[in-house]
Amino acid sequence: MIEAKNLTKKYGDKVAVNDLTFTVQPGIITGFLGPNGAGKSTTMRMILGLDAPTGGTVTVGGKPYRRHAKPLQVVGALLEARAVHTSRSAYNHLLALAATHGIAKSRVAEVIEMVGLQDVARKRAGGFSLGMGQRLGIASALLADPETLILDEPVNGLDPEGVRWIRDLLKGLAADGHTVFVSSHLMSEMALTAEHVIVVGRGRLMADMPMSELIAQASSSVVVVRSPQAAALADAFVGADITVSRPEHDTLEVTGLTSAQIGDQARDLNISVHGLAAKKASLEEAFMDMTRDEVEYHAHTPTGHHIRSAS
Amino acid sequence: MSTLTAGPASTSEDSDFLTVEPVTPARVLRSEWIKMRSLRSTALTLLAGIVSMVALGWIFGWANNANWSELRPDEQALFSPIDATLAGYRLAQLAIGVLGVLLVTGEYATGMIRATFGAVPRRLPVLWAKATLYTGVTFALMLGAAVAAFVGGQQLLGTHGTTLSADGAVRAIVGVAGYLALIGVFSVALGFIIRSTAGSVATLFGLLLVLPTLGLLLPSSWQDNLLPYLPSNAGATMFNAHTATDALSATTSLLVLLGWVGAALAAAAVLLRRRDA
Repeated sequence: MIEAKNLTKKYGDKVAVNDLTFTVQPGIITGFLGPNGAGKSTTMRMILGLDAPTGGTVTVGGKPYRRHAKPLQVVGALLEARAVHTSRSAYNHLLALAATHGIAKSRVAEVIEMVGLQDVARKRAGGFSLGMGQRLGIASALLADPETLILDEPVNGLDPEGVRWIRDLLKGLAADGHTVFVSSHLMSEMALTAEHVIVVGRGRLMADMPMSELIAQASSSVVVVRSPQAAALADAFVGADITVSRPEHDTLEVTGLTSAQIGDQARDLNISVHGLAAKKASLEEAFMDMTRDEVEYHAHTPTGHHIRSAS
Repeated sequence: MSTLTAGPASTSEDSDFLTVEPVTPARVLRSEWIKMRSLRSTALTLLAGIVSMVALGWIFGWANNANWSELRPDEQALFSPIDATLAGYRLAQLAIGVLGVLLVTGEYATGMIRATFGAVPRRLPVLWAKATLYTGVTFALMLGAAVAAFVGGQQLLGTHGTTLSADGAVRAIVGVAGYLALIGVFSVALGFIIRSTAGSVATLFGLLLVLPTLGLLLPSSWQDNLLPYLPSNAGATMFNAHTATDALSATTSLLVLLGWVGAALAAAAVLLRRRDA
């Protein structure tokens, strides 16, 4: 379990993380979503104690990360930037990390096999492809079988097979009761894996809800109606919460009414309807809207100009 | 890869033999030892240090013996067979210093430092482990190299040579090894303070090579008050058999050198705790 309270990080005048409060629960995959530069990586670095918060606190398993006697057993992390000496072999890299926690060589061999790097484990990590580097990062994260996994953009640069492997791995770990916290700037990737989602934009918390709720919210109730008498039908839809637009001659887009209500009303007016469909806004669009608002919010504040130029 | 089809590979089911122990200074030291020996640059640079020490000692022994008659009488009078065969330390210190810096800055440059501090988030044990390990390794290797340089060098000096039982010989050999080990730990601290390879190496070389020479341009009253306290000069007074009469005592020089190292380690420790990794 990860608990952040009023977590804030400033670099000079720039606020990278702004008063974030959230909890990451065990047993599920929690997605950490936001555009590039939203403060996801900084937040993850603060969880691991690599960056010190300017304000607020963050704990893992009830304590700040650095207070744990066996840190690698508490959190296994894959950070976005590589964290491997390029001249050292994957095997020796893992062996050195294992030594800090008295972990046996046999476990090093085990995680190497788990991520499928046994053929290249004795080669310099500097020669690894992006995908192999990600696998080595995952192997390091799994070394001490940690309660919590923190992964920053784990599918970046992976081929489809690798992406699927990561998804299955994370689902398996969550099912085993681990806390899994995964960042991504891709809503579609999160929609496939995460059960819960925390959305940030410009360092601020935008949403903290079950994925299903976010999807329901995103699927705004726009109904597309095709009718030869579109104009006549449009006149019939009057109400405070109802908006109607006519993007094409024979097409209406209606919000505030369900497909059933629209169909019934058309029948009552004896207007023929050729098409009637609820239009789902894509998750990606919903996410873009959410974070676009945040950008505008900052742009209108007195300090907004400064924040933008500094980023 | 065929291994991918093995599925999500739950980490707990096949980990019956996984035991995880608390992080201790001894375990961090062991980890640093694995890191140090698993980089080819370590062996190469240490070899360069040993070769500098031994080869130069032998060359100075042989060359002075072969050309003894060409030396001026005052040069002959001042000639120290001990100092001549140990003079290779001036080159060896550069190799030792560069490797000490690289043990730290190599981690910052590659991002390895994040993995290191992920495993040891308290950070300071990493500084102490690197410093202890490197002091031990350089002292042991340089002691061996200094003995080899001395013994071989005396053979090559022939009748102008001396023996280990000569006054100041053992002190000089142990002193050289100690000086090089202190330069090693100083450069480890410097690496943590500056974090970039270029900046750390430039600072180290400036301190060891440039400042002693630049200092000679100062008025002589200033020189007397400043130059003996530079690490390179303090080191030389610490182990040289022949030193100027107005120099610091060997003990004071050792304390001065320890002061440099202590200050660098303290600064490194404070910055390590305060700065973001």
